[in-house]
Amino acid sequence: MSEAKPGWKSLPENDALAPGTADKFHTGGWRSEKPIWNEKTCIQCMICWIACPDVSVTVKDGKMTGFDYDHCKGCGICAFECPTKPKSIVMETEKK
Amino acid sequence: MPTLAKTGNEAMAEAMRQINPDVVAAYPITPATEIVMIFASFVADGLVDTEYIPVESEHSAMSACVGASAAGARVMTGTSSQGLALMYEILPIASALRLPIIMSDVNRAISGPINIHCDHSDTMAARDFGWIQIFSENAQEAYDNLIQAVRIAEHPKVKLPTMVTTDGFIISHCMEKIETLEDTEAKKFVGERKPEVSVLDIEHPVTLGALDLQDYYFEHKVQVADAMRNSIQYILEIAREYEKQTGRKYDLFEKYQLDDAEVALVALGSTAGTTKAVVDELRAKGVKAGLLKLRVFRPFPAEEIAKALANVPAVAVLDRSDSYNGQGGPLFTEIRSALYGKAKTPKLINYVYGLGGRDVTLDELRTVFADLKKIDQMPAYNYFGVRE
Ligand code: SF4
Ligand code: SF4
Repeated sequence: MSEAKPGWKSLPENDALAPGTADKFHTGGWRSEKPIWNEKTCIQCMICWIACPDVSVTVKDGKMTGFDYDHCKGCGICAFECPTKPKSIVMETEKK
Repeated sequence: MPTLAKTGNEAMAEAMRQINPDVVAAYPITPATEIVMIFASFVADGLVDTEYIPVESEHSAMSACVGASAAGARVMTGTSSQGLALMYEILPIASALRLPIIMSDVNRAISGPINIHCDHSDTMAARDFGWIQIFSENAQEAYDNLIQAVRIAEHPKVKLPTMVTTDGFIISHCMEKIETLEDTEAKKFVGERKPEVSVLDIEHPVTLGALDLQDYYFEHKVQVADAMRNSIQYILEIAREYEKQTGRKYDLFEKYQLDDAEVALVALGSTAGTTKAVVDELRAKGVKAGLLKLRVFRPFPAEEIAKALANVPAVAVLDRSDSYNGQGGPLFTEIRSALYGKAKTPKLINYVYGLGGRDVTLDELRTVFADLKKIDQMPAYNYFGVRE
């Protein structure tokens, strides 16, 4: 973060910034719990994928493959919504 | 050029019809209701192409204006008093994002106690939000100022939201003879908005209004201050162009019998008209009376005012709102500050008057001019028209 920041004379006006994406940032750093997937009981219903607010359920060839832990915020919605009994996603406390 | 009989509100609605903005988002409030009500009928009758967004509050009206303006639309709205107050949260967002939204504000006292009549407390409370503020003396000026406001706000070197005000009921509801531009001339004068960014332009995506913390907020605010300072020259440029087309001259302020005046008033809005009548009467009696009628309050033409008042020995600044600061109304404190340190300055006193629509009489203004003759015995901060 040592690059020189532009002053008011050169800074683009109206706070208009180039389009950005959180893809390049590690936004999951403040997670206190993480989802753990159990592939054996998973029925590939994709409910977790639909429900995840942060697009952090990873999918390959139409199948759920786990989580993108760089962006998963640990909200637990996927685990709550998973319909299998026992759950195919459980939340586990993050190690300090 | 068409000559019409119009109230201040009708004149502003007529200007809006000719401007034909892309989007109008508004919520009705006395005494500004008619402006957007008449305009809504233009929309319903197909006289304009405007997308009219009837919202549930002024907060939403200004929020919708911000969104539409960020998308690149030419956006207008109208409000008054509590309505403007409900917009306060969004007004500085419009200026910070450099969105040239154009607003008609019909000046009305801020509650409470609840009141619906004219004073300038609504606009004055919004004076530090980065909006250009232009006052009008009558319906003609309301029309002319609103047409010019489009060009001022959207000028590529300005890009600041702009409000044009009239005095509630006194101008908004009084019918006067006004001259308007032909529709084609008005359209040509205002042209098309050419936005530099549009949040709907998916070929050139931008992020607008991102979180701006300790490291960038300050720079963006200085940009607004700088644009405001520089806008003076463009306001004058546009006024000159408008004069060429209409023959009606506009400046940052009007000097009425001011150059050789020995006693003068400074006023905003309709009171300037009343003052002119008293100035004429005093001049006929040999008293060198004058008036400085301020048109542009933001940006504040401090240097220009100081120059215009330099040779007037005694000046009274009339404030149709109070600052409750123990030292004078907002116009007075700004003018006194503009004069500070100048080699030649007038003696200056302040009158707060006309709050809540209290009538302003010729007699009261005669008394103010008489007070100026004994200005050395006058306190700085006075009232007129209030019962003791
Ligand atoms: S815990 Fe929340 S953020 Fe993480 S994968 Fe599940 S739903 Fe998505
Ligand atoms: S909701 Fe549960 S069962 Fe369905 S795909 Fe996700 S983990 Fe598998």
